[in-house]
Amino acid sequence: MPGSIDYVIWILGWVLEASVVVCALSTRSFRRYLCLNLYMLFCLLFSIGRYQVLSHYGLSSAQYSYFYFYSDALLTIFLYLALITLYLHVFDEMKVGKYLRLTAVLLLAGTALFSYAVVQQSQQKMLTGFFYELSQNLYFVGLVLTYVLWGAILKLRETRTRLIQLVLSLGIYFSAFAATFALRNIFPSFQMIQYIVPVFGCLLPLAWAYAFWRLPEDARMAPARLAVVPR
Amino acid sequence: MATLIFLFSAAALLQFFISYCRSLIAASIKQPISAEVRDVTGIASAASGEDFVRVVQLLQLCPERPEDGSRIRAINAYFRLLTLMRSTVARVVPALVNWTDMERGQCTYFAAVALDRRIAFSRDMLAQQMDA
Repeated sequence: MPGSIDYVIWILGWVLEASVVVCALSTRSFRRYLCLNLYMLFCLLFSIGRYQVLSHYGLSSAQYSYFYFYSDALLTIFLYLALITLYLHVFDEMKVGKYLRLTAVLLLAGTALFSYAVVQQSQQKMLTGFFYELSQNLYFVGLVLTYVLWGAILKLRETRTRLIQLVLSLGIYFSAFAATFALRNIFPSFQMIQYIVPVFGCLLPLAWAYAFWRLPEDARMAPARLAVVPR
Repeated sequence: MATLIFLFSAAALLQFFISYCRSLIAASIKQPISAEVRDVTGIASAASGEDFVRVVQLLQLCPERPEDGSRIRAINAYFRLLTLMRSTVARVVPALVNWTDMERGQCTYFAAVALDRRIAFSRDMLAQQMDA
Protein backbone atom coordinates (compact mmCIF):
# COMPACT_ATOMS: atom_id res chain seq x y z
CA MET A 1 0.00 0.00 0.00
CA PRO A 2 1.19 3.59 -0.56
CA GLY A 3 2.89 5.36 2.35
CA SER A 4 1.97 8.64 4.02
CA ILE A 5 4.22 10.66 1.65
CA ASP A 6 2.33 9.22 -1.35
CA TYR A 7 -1.01 10.16 0.20
CA VAL A 8 0.18 13.72 0.98
CA ILE A 9 1.32 14.20 -2.65
CA TRP A 10 -1.92 12.64 -3.87
CA ILE A 11 -4.12 14.98 -1.82
CA LEU A 12 -1.96 17.96 -2.78
CA GLY A 13 -2.53 17.00 -6.41
CA TRP A 14 -6.32 16.93 -5.89
CA VAL A 15 -6.28 20.37 -4.27
CA LEU A 16 -4.12 21.87 -7.02
CA GLU A 17 -6.15 20.29 -9.85
CA ALA A 18 -9.37 21.58 -8.31
CA SER A 19 -7.80 25.02 -7.83
CA VAL A 20 -7.00 25.28 -11.57
CA VAL A 21 -10.68 24.81 -12.43
CA VAL A 22 -11.80 27.17 -9.65
CA CYS A 23 -9.29 29.87 -10.72
CA ALA A 24 -10.33 29.51 -14.38
CA LEU A 25 -14.00 29.77 -13.44
CA SER A 26 -13.47 32.77 -11.17
CA THR A 27 -11.53 34.66 -13.86
CA ARG A 28 -14.02 33.59 -16.57
CA SER A 29 -11.33 31.72 -18.52
CA PHE A 30 -12.91 28.26 -18.33
CA ARG A 31 -14.43 28.28 -21.80
CA ARG A 32 -11.49 30.04 -23.42
CA TYR A 33 -9.14 27.27 -22.27
CA LEU A 34 -11.78 24.54 -22.24
CA CYS A 35 -9.54 21.54 -23.04
CA LEU A 36 -6.96 22.54 -20.41
CA ASN A 37 -9.65 22.84 -17.77
CA LEU A 38 -11.39 19.62 -18.83
CA TYR A 39 -8.03 17.86 -18.59
CA MET A 40 -7.60 19.11 -15.01
CA LEU A 41 -11.19 18.15 -14.17
CA PHE A 42 -10.67 14.63 -15.52
CA CYS A 43 -7.33 14.42 -13.65
CA LEU A 44 -9.21 15.15 -10.44
CA LEU A 45 -12.04 12.69 -11.19
CA PHE A 46 -9.69 9.86 -12.26
CA SER A 47 -7.49 10.54 -9.24
CA ILE A 48 -10.47 10.15 -6.91
CA GLY A 49 -11.51 7.06 -8.90
CA ARG A 50 -8.02 5.57 -8.50
CA TYR A 51 -8.20 6.15 -4.76
CA GLN A 52 -11.57 4.38 -4.59
CA VAL A 53 -10.34 1.39 -6.62
CA LEU A 54 -7.11 1.25 -4.59
CA SER A 55 -8.92 1.25 -1.27
CA HIS A 56 -11.40 -1.44 -2.43
CA TYR A 57 -9.11 -3.83 -4.32
CA GLY A 58 -5.53 -2.99 -3.25
CA LEU A 59 -2.39 -1.89 -5.09
CA SER A 60 -1.48 -5.29 -6.57
CA SER A 61 -4.98 -6.09 -7.84
CA ALA A 62 -5.77 -6.50 -11.53
CA GLN A 63 -8.66 -4.02 -11.15
CA TYR A 64 -6.31 -1.26 -10.00
CA SER A 65 -3.80 -2.02 -12.77
CA TYR A 66 -6.50 -1.89 -15.44
CA PHE A 67 -8.06 1.27 -14.05
CA TYR A 68 -4.65 2.95 -13.66
CA PHE A 69 -3.40 2.22 -17.18
CA TYR A 70 -6.69 2.97 -18.97
CA SER A 71 -7.22 6.23 -17.11
CA ASP A 72 -3.57 7.19 -17.67
CA ALA A 73 -3.92 6.66 -21.44
CA LEU A 74 -7.16 8.66 -21.53
CA LEU A 75 -5.57 11.50 -19.55
CA THR A 76 -2.56 11.55 -21.88
CA ILE A 77 -4.92 11.84 -24.87
CA PHE A 78 -6.74 14.70 -23.11
CA LEU A 79 -3.42 16.42 -22.43
CA TYR A 80 -2.47 15.96 -26.08
CA LEU A 81 -5.75 17.62 -27.08
CA ALA A 82 -5.08 20.43 -24.58
CA LEU A 83 -1.70 20.99 -26.24
CA ILE A 84 -3.37 21.13 -29.66
CA THR A 85 -5.75 23.83 -28.38
CA LEU A 86 -2.69 25.85 -27.30
CA TYR A 87 -1.46 25.50 -30.91
CA LEU A 88 -4.86 26.81 -32.06
CA HIS A 89 -4.49 29.83 -29.73
CA VAL A 90 -0.97 30.63 -30.99
CA PHE A 91 -1.87 30.22 -34.68
CA ASP A 92 -5.28 31.84 -34.25
CA GLU A 93 -4.63 34.78 -36.57
CA MET A 94 -3.21 32.60 -39.35
CA LYS A 95 -6.55 30.79 -39.82
CA VAL A 96 -4.92 27.37 -40.05
CA GLY A 97 -7.13 25.68 -37.44
CA LYS A 98 -8.53 23.13 -39.91
CA TYR A 99 -5.07 21.92 -40.92
CA LEU A 100 -3.86 21.84 -37.32
CA ARG A 101 -6.79 19.66 -36.26
CA LEU A 102 -6.27 17.30 -39.20
CA THR A 103 -2.53 17.01 -38.47
CA ALA A 104 -3.25 16.40 -34.77
CA VAL A 105 -5.70 13.57 -35.55
CA LEU A 106 -3.26 11.98 -38.02
CA LEU A 107 -0.39 12.24 -35.51
CA LEU A 108 -2.52 10.69 -32.76
CA ALA A 109 -3.60 7.86 -35.08
CA GLY A 110 0.03 7.36 -36.17
CA THR A 111 1.21 7.17 -32.55
CA ALA A 112 -1.57 4.67 -31.73
CA LEU A 113 -0.62 2.50 -34.75
CA PHE A 114 3.06 2.63 -33.81
CA SER A 115 2.22 1.64 -30.21
CA TYR A 116 0.04 -1.21 -31.50
CA ALA A 117 2.88 -2.43 -33.73
CA VAL A 118 5.32 -2.38 -30.81
CA VAL A 119 2.93 -4.29 -28.51
CA GLN A 120 2.07 -6.83 -31.24
CA GLN A 121 5.74 -7.74 -31.67
CA SER A 122 6.21 -8.38 -27.97
CA GLN A 123 5.22 -11.65 -26.33
CA GLN A 124 2.84 -9.94 -23.94
CA LYS A 125 -0.03 -8.94 -26.24
CA MET A 126 -2.29 -7.32 -23.70
CA LEU A 127 -4.55 -4.32 -23.96
CA THR A 128 -2.87 -2.76 -20.90
CA GLY A 129 0.46 -3.10 -22.73
CA PHE A 130 -0.97 -1.12 -25.63
CA PHE A 131 -2.29 1.64 -23.35
CA TYR A 132 1.03 1.84 -21.48
CA GLU A 133 2.96 2.07 -24.77
CA LEU A 134 0.52 4.65 -26.19
CA SER A 135 0.80 6.76 -23.04
CA GLN A 136 4.61 6.70 -23.07
CA ASN A 137 4.83 7.49 -26.80
CA LEU A 138 2.30 10.31 -26.52
CA TYR A 139 4.40 11.88 -23.76
CA PHE A 140 7.38 11.97 -26.06
CA VAL A 141 5.28 13.28 -28.99
CA GLY A 142 3.88 15.91 -26.59
CA LEU A 143 7.38 16.99 -25.60
CA VAL A 144 8.44 17.38 -29.24
CA LEU A 145 5.22 19.25 -30.10
CA THR A 146 5.62 21.59 -27.12
CA TYR A 147 9.19 22.29 -28.17
CA VAL A 148 8.00 23.12 -31.70
CA LEU A 149 5.23 25.32 -30.27
CA TRP A 150 7.77 27.15 -28.12
CA GLY A 151 9.88 27.76 -31.22
CA ALA A 152 6.78 29.14 -32.98
CA ILE A 153 6.03 31.44 -30.02
CA LEU A 154 9.54 32.90 -30.21
CA LYS A 155 9.44 33.18 -34.01
CA LEU A 156 5.99 34.79 -34.09
CA ARG A 157 6.95 37.09 -31.19
CA GLU A 158 3.94 36.04 -29.16
CA THR A 159 3.29 38.50 -26.32
CA ARG A 160 0.35 37.01 -24.38
CA THR A 161 1.83 36.36 -20.92
CA ARG A 162 -0.77 33.85 -19.81
CA LEU A 163 -0.52 31.77 -22.99
CA ILE A 164 3.29 31.81 -22.79
CA GLN A 165 3.29 30.62 -19.18
CA LEU A 166 0.75 27.88 -19.93
CA VAL A 167 2.95 26.58 -22.76
CA LEU A 168 6.18 26.83 -20.76
CA SER A 169 4.77 25.00 -17.75
CA LEU A 170 3.48 22.29 -20.08
CA GLY A 171 6.98 22.08 -21.58
CA ILE A 172 8.52 21.65 -18.11
CA TYR A 173 5.94 18.95 -17.30
CA PHE A 174 6.46 16.96 -20.52
CA SER A 175 10.26 17.18 -20.43
CA ALA A 176 10.41 16.27 -16.73
CA PHE A 177 8.21 13.23 -17.33
CA ALA A 178 10.17 12.12 -20.39
CA ALA A 179 13.43 12.54 -18.45
CA THR A 180 12.16 10.51 -15.48
CA PHE A 181 10.77 7.77 -17.76
CA ALA A 182 14.19 7.54 -19.43
CA LEU A 183 15.99 7.66 -16.07
CA ARG A 184 13.80 4.80 -14.85
CA ASN A 185 14.91 2.74 -17.87
CA ILE A 186 18.59 3.57 -17.29
CA PHE A 187 18.54 2.99 -13.51
CA PRO A 188 15.62 0.63 -12.74
CA SER A 189 16.60 0.33 -9.05
CA PHE A 190 16.65 4.11 -8.40
CA GLN A 191 13.91 4.40 -5.74
CA MET A 192 13.61 8.21 -5.59
CA ILE A 193 11.85 8.25 -8.99
CA GLN A 194 8.60 7.01 -7.41
CA TYR A 195 8.41 10.37 -5.55
CA ILE A 196 9.83 12.57 -8.33
CA VAL A 197 7.06 11.68 -10.82
CA PRO A 198 4.07 12.69 -8.61
CA VAL A 199 5.89 15.86 -7.45
CA PHE A 200 6.32 16.92 -11.08
CA GLY A 201 2.65 16.04 -11.54
CA CYS A 202 1.78 18.70 -8.93
CA LEU A 203 3.87 21.41 -10.61
CA LEU A 204 1.69 21.62 -13.74
CA PRO A 205 -1.60 22.41 -11.92
CA LEU A 206 0.32 24.82 -9.63
CA ALA A 207 1.69 26.77 -12.60
CA TRP A 208 -1.64 26.72 -14.45
CA ALA A 209 -3.57 27.85 -11.36
CA TYR A 210 -1.13 30.75 -10.99
CA ALA A 211 -1.50 31.65 -14.68
CA PHE A 212 -5.30 31.70 -14.44
CA TRP A 213 -5.46 33.42 -11.08
CA ARG A 214 -2.77 36.09 -11.28
CA LEU A 215 -2.33 36.86 -14.99
CA PRO A 216 -5.10 38.70 -16.78
CA GLU A 217 -5.88 37.61 -20.35
CA ASP A 218 -4.72 40.97 -21.73
CA ALA A 219 -1.32 40.94 -19.92
CA ARG A 220 1.55 41.27 -22.39
CA MET A 221 5.34 40.89 -22.23
CA ALA A 222 8.28 41.70 -24.47
CA PRO A 223 9.14 38.60 -26.54
CA ALA A 224 12.86 39.42 -26.36
CA ARG A 225 12.73 38.72 -22.61
CA LEU A 226 11.86 35.07 -23.25
CA ALA A 227 14.71 33.81 -25.41
CA VAL A 228 17.51 32.17 -23.45
CA VAL A 229 20.03 33.80 -25.78
CA PRO A 230 19.71 37.61 -25.37
CA ARG A 231 18.29 39.35 -28.46
CA MET B 1 18.10 4.97 -26.72
CA ALA B 2 16.99 5.74 -23.14
CA THR B 3 20.18 7.76 -22.59
CA LEU B 4 19.48 9.77 -25.76
CA ILE B 5 15.88 10.46 -24.68
CA PHE B 6 17.13 11.44 -21.23
CA LEU B 7 19.70 13.90 -22.64
CA PHE B 8 17.15 15.46 -25.01
CA SER B 9 14.49 15.75 -22.27
CA ALA B 10 16.97 17.13 -19.72
CA ALA B 11 18.11 19.80 -22.22
CA ALA B 12 14.48 20.66 -23.02
CA LEU B 13 13.64 20.79 -19.29
CA LEU B 14 16.52 23.19 -18.66
CA GLN B 15 15.48 25.45 -21.53
CA PHE B 16 11.80 25.47 -20.55
CA PHE B 17 12.69 26.13 -16.91
CA ILE B 18 14.97 29.07 -17.80
CA SER B 19 12.34 30.56 -20.12
CA TYR B 20 9.59 30.06 -17.51
CA CYS B 21 11.65 31.86 -14.85
CA ARG B 22 12.45 34.64 -17.32
CA SER B 23 8.72 35.03 -18.02
CA LEU B 24 8.08 35.32 -14.25
CA ILE B 25 10.80 37.95 -13.92
CA ALA B 26 9.56 39.81 -17.02
CA ALA B 27 6.17 40.25 -15.38
CA SER B 28 7.73 42.18 -12.46
CA ILE B 29 10.63 43.96 -14.18
CA LYS B 30 8.43 46.92 -15.26
CA GLN B 31 7.37 47.65 -11.68
CA PRO B 32 9.43 50.28 -9.88
CA ILE B 33 10.85 49.58 -6.43
CA SER B 34 9.91 52.03 -3.68
CA ALA B 35 12.57 54.30 -2.20
CA GLU B 36 12.04 52.56 1.14
CA VAL B 37 12.96 49.13 -0.28
CA ARG B 38 15.92 50.67 -2.11
CA ASP B 39 17.17 51.99 1.23
CA VAL B 40 16.64 48.71 3.06
CA THR B 41 18.18 46.50 0.38
CA GLY B 42 20.94 48.90 -0.65
CA ILE B 43 19.95 48.66 -4.33
CA ALA B 44 20.90 52.10 -5.68
CA SER B 45 20.47 52.00 -9.47
CA ALA B 46 20.92 48.51 -10.92
CA ALA B 47 20.31 45.37 -8.88
CA SER B 48 23.27 43.05 -8.51
CA GLY B 49 23.32 39.29 -8.06
CA GLU B 50 25.45 39.74 -4.94
CA ASP B 51 22.45 41.31 -3.15
CA PHE B 52 20.08 38.40 -3.85
CA VAL B 53 20.74 36.40 -0.67
CA ARG B 54 20.30 39.51 1.50
CA VAL B 55 17.04 40.50 -0.21
CA VAL B 56 15.70 36.95 0.20
CA GLN B 57 16.65 37.04 3.90
CA LEU B 58 14.66 40.26 4.24
CA LEU B 59 11.77 38.63 2.37
CA GLN B 60 11.71 35.81 4.89
CA LEU B 61 11.28 38.32 7.71
CA CYS B 62 7.96 39.51 6.25
CA PRO B 63 4.68 37.56 6.48
CA GLU B 64 4.29 35.42 3.37
CA ARG B 65 1.71 36.35 0.76
CA PRO B 66 -0.11 33.20 -0.38
CA GLU B 67 0.27 34.01 -4.08
CA ASP B 68 4.02 34.64 -4.34
CA GLY B 69 5.55 31.69 -2.39
CA SER B 70 5.88 29.29 -5.34
CA ARG B 71 7.21 32.02 -7.68
CA ILE B 72 9.92 33.02 -5.20
CA ARG B 73 10.94 29.37 -4.78
CA ALA B 74 11.17 29.02 -8.58
CA ILE B 75 13.34 32.15 -8.89
CA ASN B 76 15.48 30.98 -5.96
CA ALA B 77 16.13 27.72 -7.83
CA TYR B 78 16.86 29.71 -11.01
CA PHE B 79 19.34 31.92 -9.13
CA ARG B 80 21.15 28.83 -7.78
CA LEU B 81 21.28 27.38 -11.28
CA LEU B 82 22.78 30.64 -12.59
CA THR B 83 25.33 30.71 -9.77
CA LEU B 84 26.29 27.12 -10.61
CA MET B 85 26.61 28.01 -14.30
CA ARG B 86 28.73 31.05 -13.43
CA SER B 87 31.17 29.00 -11.37
CA THR B 88 31.39 26.08 -13.84
CA VAL B 89 30.37 26.54 -17.50
CA ALA B 90 31.11 30.29 -17.57
CA ARG B 91 34.78 29.57 -16.79
CA VAL B 92 35.01 27.70 -20.09
CA VAL B 93 32.67 30.05 -22.03
CA PRO B 94 33.53 33.60 -20.86
CA ALA B 95 30.60 35.14 -22.80
CA LEU B 96 28.28 33.50 -20.27
CA VAL B 97 29.72 35.57 -17.38
CA ASN B 98 27.95 38.77 -18.50
CA TRP B 99 24.71 36.94 -19.20
CA THR B 100 24.64 35.14 -15.83
CA ASP B 101 25.51 38.42 -14.04
CA MET B 102 22.64 40.22 -15.79
CA GLU B 103 20.21 37.40 -15.01
CA ARG B 104 21.30 37.20 -11.37
CA GLY B 105 20.75 40.96 -11.09
CA GLN B 106 17.23 40.56 -12.46
CA CYS B 107 16.54 37.78 -9.95
CA THR B 108 17.51 40.30 -7.23
CA TYR B 109 15.19 42.89 -8.76
CA PHE B 110 12.36 40.33 -8.78
CA ALA B 111 13.00 39.57 -5.08
CA ALA B 112 13.05 43.32 -4.28
CA VAL B 113 9.67 43.79 -6.02
CA ALA B 114 8.31 40.83 -4.02
CA LEU B 115 9.69 42.43 -0.83
CA ASP B 116 7.95 45.68 -1.71
CA ARG B 117 4.65 43.80 -2.13
CA ARG B 118 5.11 41.92 1.14
CA ILE B 119 5.76 45.15 3.04
CA ALA B 120 2.60 46.67 1.55
CA PHE B 121 0.71 43.46 2.41
CA SER B 122 1.97 43.57 6.04
CA ARG B 123 0.92 47.22 6.32
CA ASP B 124 -2.56 46.38 5.03
CA MET B 125 -2.87 43.53 7.53
CA LEU B 126 -1.74 45.78 10.37
CA ALA B 127 -4.19 48.51 9.31
CA GLN B 128 -7.03 45.95 9.23
CA GLN B 129 -6.12 44.75 12.73
CA MET B 130 -6.02 48.33 14.01
CA ASP B 131 -9.46 48.98 12.50
CA ALA B 132 -10.86 45.84 14.08
